[in-house]
Amino acid sequence: MNFGFKKVANYRRHRFAAPVLIVVALISLGTTFSVASALTGGAHMVGAEQTTLVQEGKEIFARGCSSCHGINAEGGGIAPALVGVGAASVDFQVGTGRMPMADMSQQAMRKRPVYNPEQTAALAAYVASLAPGPAAVNDAQLTYERDGNTAQGGELFRTNCAMCHNFAGQGGALTQGKYAPTLMGVEPKHIYEALITGPQSMPVFSDKVITPQEKLSIIKWLKAAESEPNLGGASLGRVGPVTEGLLVWTLGLGILIGIAVWLTIKAR
Amino acid sequence: MKTSEKIAGTVANYVDERTGAAKWLKKNLTKVFPDHWSFMLGEICLYSFIILLLSGTFLTFWFDPSQREVVYNGSYAPLSNLTMSASYASTLHISFDVRGGLLMRQIHHWAALIFMAGIIAHLLRVFFTGAFRKPREFNWLIGVGLVTLGIVEGFLGYSLPDDLLSGTGIRIAEAILQAIPVVGSYLAFFAFGGAFPGHVFIPRIYTVHVLLLPGIFLALITVHLMLVWYQKHTQYPGPGRTEKNVVGYPLMPVYMAKAGGFFFIVFGVTAFLGAVASINPIWLYGPYTPGQISAGSQPDFYMGWLDGLVRMAPPIETHAFGHTISWNILLPGLIIPGILFTGMALYPFIESWITGDKQEHHLLDRPRNVPNRTALGAMSLAFMLIILVNGGNDIIATHFHLTINQIMWFTRIGVIVIPPIVFVITKRLCLSLQRADREIVLHGKETGRLVMLPHGEFVEVHQELTPAQKFTLTQHSQPEPLAIPDTDAGGVRNPAGIKGKIRARMSQANAEQIIAPSEAEVKAIDGGHH
Amino acid sequence: MSNEISKFSDPGLPEHVHRKTDIDPKAEKRAEQQVAILFVLSALCTVLTIYSYLFIKTDTFVFLPIMGDTNAHQLFLGIGLAGSLLFIGFGAVHWAKQLMPDTEVVALRHEMRSEDVDREDFVQTVKDRAGAAGLGRRTLIKRSLGLAVGIIGLTPLVMLRDLGPLPRKQLNTTSWAKGTRLVTDPGNKPIHVNDLEVGAVAQVLPELPAGTERTLENIGTDAVLLIRLRPEDFQLDSERLSWTHEGIIAFSKICSHMGCAVALYEQQTKHLLCPCHQSTFDVTRAAKVIFGPAARPLPQLAITVDNQGYLVAQQGFTEPIGPSFWERSS
Repeated sequence: MNFGFKKVANYRRHRFAAPVLIVVALISLGTTFSVASALTGGAHMVGAEQTTLVQEGKEIFARGCSSCHGINAEGGGIAPALVGVGAASVDFQVGTGRMPMADMSQQAMRKRPVYNPEQTAALAAYVASLAPGPAAVNDAQLTYERDGNTAQGGELFRTNCAMCHNFAGQGGALTQGKYAPTLMGVEPKHIYEALITGPQSMPVFSDKVITPQEKLSIIKWLKAAESEPNLGGASLGRVGPVTEGLLVWTLGLGILIGIAVWLTIKAR
Repeated sequence: MKTSEKIAGTVANYVDERTGAAKWLKKNLTKVFPDHWSFMLGEICLYSFIILLLSGTFLTFWFDPSQREVVYNGSYAPLSNLTMSASYASTLHISFDVRGGLLMRQIHHWAALIFMAGIIAHLLRVFFTGAFRKPREFNWLIGVGLVTLGIVEGFLGYSLPDDLLSGTGIRIAEAILQAIPVVGSYLAFFAFGGAFPGHVFIPRIYTVHVLLLPGIFLALITVHLMLVWYQKHTQYPGPGRTEKNVVGYPLMPVYMAKAGGFFFIVFGVTAFLGAVASINPIWLYGPYTPGQISAGSQPDFYMGWLDGLVRMAPPIETHAFGHTISWNILLPGLIIPGILFTGMALYPFIESWITGDKQEHHLLDRPRNVPNRTALGAMSLAFMLIILVNGGNDIIATHFHLTINQIMWFTRIGVIVIPPIVFVITKRLCLSLQRADREIVLHGKETGRLVMLPHGEFVEVHQELTPAQKFTLTQHSQPEPLAIPDTDAGGVRNPAGIKGKIRARMSQANAEQIIAPSEAEVKAIDGGHH
Repeated sequence: MSNEISKFSDPGLPEHVHRKTDIDPKAEKRAEQQVAILFVLSALCTVLTIYSYLFIKTDTFVFLPIMGDTNAHQLFLGIGLAGSLLFIGFGAVHWAKQLMPDTEVVALRHEMRSEDVDREDFVQTVKDRAGAAGLGRRTLIKRSLGLAVGIIGLTPLVMLRDLGPLPRKQLNTTSWAKGTRLVTDPGNKPIHVNDLEVGAVAQVLPELPAGTERTLENIGTDAVLLIRLRPEDFQLDSERLSWTHEGIIAFSKICSHMGCAVALYEQQTKHLLCPCHQSTFDVTRAAKVIFGPAARPLPQLAITVDNQGYLVAQQGFTEPIGPSFWERSS
């Protein structure tokens, strides 16, 4: 039976057929999408008054984290359990963009965060609700300018941190491709949270071993090192003799040999 | 007569009446020096040495080599009130509270790096051009002595501020001392006045660094230069240049101006580096204590190869009869460097033994014409570069997203596999270049211009070389390999035995080359194109 | 030994090519002015150097592209000095290249070898005078001279004896003993067993008797790294396991290879990395070496808790810490 089909089918080869079809497809897809998200958004908005931060976090977690970390954060083959890691871990990992992890390489890299601060707080609240763990820190609590001592922080840094992160916090190599990242440009709260949660390869620096005041000193020293201009000239990366040696062979000897060539060629 | 001439005359007369200087000055002011940029590499070293003396003396006016503990109260805030050695504190003082202090520190350290880089470049030039051959073997030995002492002097120098990085280096040096069988622990305790780190090591190396070694350097460099002066500098082959002459420019005025000017240029470039490039920022490293360490700790580059060798050493120790021998330290720290430097020192004698060459040589070799030596040099360079890379494996790993484990294994295996490959490739390259030389002497250079002959054939025009060019490409001597027969004509066995056989074999390999064409051969080929 | 085929003949030194400054007096004048300008630039740079030294404050900073905030005093002092030197150099070289005679000069070499007659004279002189001194004949003098000169060489060696003490047992001793409390470095705070979470580390030193100064030599032998794992993570024999306490394990921080501080603990792999030569130690197996040049594991310190729960050593180290030496038996 060909009721209306024949009429439409007659226009199959019309030169406007393709453009029209594309427009129709776009409109229908787009409408479906916006209706669908409006529905869920609507459901979300409707529940916002009753949904706590924890609930929001749980939803974000289910969407963005559970595929690796398990639907109840119980862990999976490639990702650890998050029960008991505390809001601090989440604030650190998500706030520095390390999580969600972009590729399953040796370690999570700092990158542009996927979630905004509200979403991050929600995730943190959810994970914190699973079991007690270290609480997240905010920058206002970190009164390092007032309570920290730069010189003390430097001593603490060199004893506890420089062996991985290098004497100036530029980062360093660990085994098998892992690395301690640079500490330049890291927010004070993330430094503090890393110290108390020990992300990935980094060990935990308990509050009784490095007291909160001492942690503030470390942060103060790091910020001072970050803002300290290079006092002798261009810094060559603050990684030591390797770059200095490279420079002497290129800029140093290179320039001198160039001048020696000029010196010995015959003048015209 | 002008006043200036009158005064000059009086002075000259005064001096000559007491020293007889006019005669030898007259002879030496007209001395001829050949002109080539590669001859200025040694000058870079000499001038850097003078810069080191000058800048170093400046630093000694403020540096306190004592290791006694002081509390810092200078102007660098991040270290205020910390306990540190006086040597570290005085270095901070020089850097921040003495005007020009940091500049001088940086000039001194950059000059040391340029000194060592210049020495290596100069050594390579002398090696690849065969300038170490008779009569210059003594100078080669002095040079090997200078490079060895230079490494030690640099190490001691950057250890003086007693900062975390250089202190770690001293710890490692102490471990090498301690590992020496039988006497190791005694040597270490004597050097450090007791257990590490002690408080006498820095003052002691201060004396070595500012008095003993500079004195030895001055003496060695003086003899080194006197030999060059007396034996006259070598020259590259070319038209008008023979084994019996030296072609170039006179000391006065040309060389005085060029060499003197180059001194100011080397000093100026070093000062420029000291002004714009930070080096050895000891205030960031912190004072030395054995309980601290920084990631990415390396010595300066001229010791980086040693560090790389130590890193890749297999973890072997032997324990026997209540004693330990640490092969993992002795092999890379003392034995292999000892073999390398001894081999380097003995090379001129080894080469003349292989070739049987007892003639004086004042014309330099073009590296392609001595393929075995060039290949050996390239192989040694490849070896040193591979172990140098391993010395920086952690920095390389973080910057190029590799792993330290990969780099370590690559260099462990590479250091055995890659140098022989480099030898073979370099030797083949030299022989190919010789073949290319032969081609262009016989057939001229290809010009890329096509010409149609009357009968329709297309030919490329070849440009015949000038007589000067032909001469330069063919003037080198091509020795036959040594003939060391097993038995003589009467059937008596050669008493040299195995040594003679080895010598003959090596001589054979060494003499592999492409025979340079002669005038007669070129004439035999029709015209300059075909 | 050369190849006997006759090669190309030496065409001699090439014709001298005159420079512009040799031919054209205007070019010569210009070159002279250029040299003068270079020397004057040097003088100006010296003025800059002296001005910077005296008048630019040492804490002035100026922003430059690529280099960022730079110390202006240091920079201008250095650039001034560099310029004052460089321009003298450039001026002198330019003068030589453009204005001084650049005709190649030929000088003759003489064979290094002395003339035969000189050599013979030399040999004869030495022979005669050595003979006159009696060097060949007077064996008594020769032998006694040999004794005197040979033995006097011992004096400087002996006089260096007080450079340092004999090592004796010092390489085997640390400050750790039974009951020594573990304290933090820096800070000297005692560590309670509840102070460390799983995955935590602490830099540790022994508590010294009251009034004793801690020296760098002490730190160089006593430094210890404390790590807390879960007890089930260990793969130790029963003796070594008894040296741990509730998952807390202590090792000497001084590398058994060449003495650097080993404190780079990878929490997930439970490996310790020494940054000097990349020796890697497995904490779960009593710091067994798993990569790199170290030949021995890090010595383990046996720890327990006192009756208040603070961490103390059960005993001192059972082997010398730090790098190996001849007298070390294992």
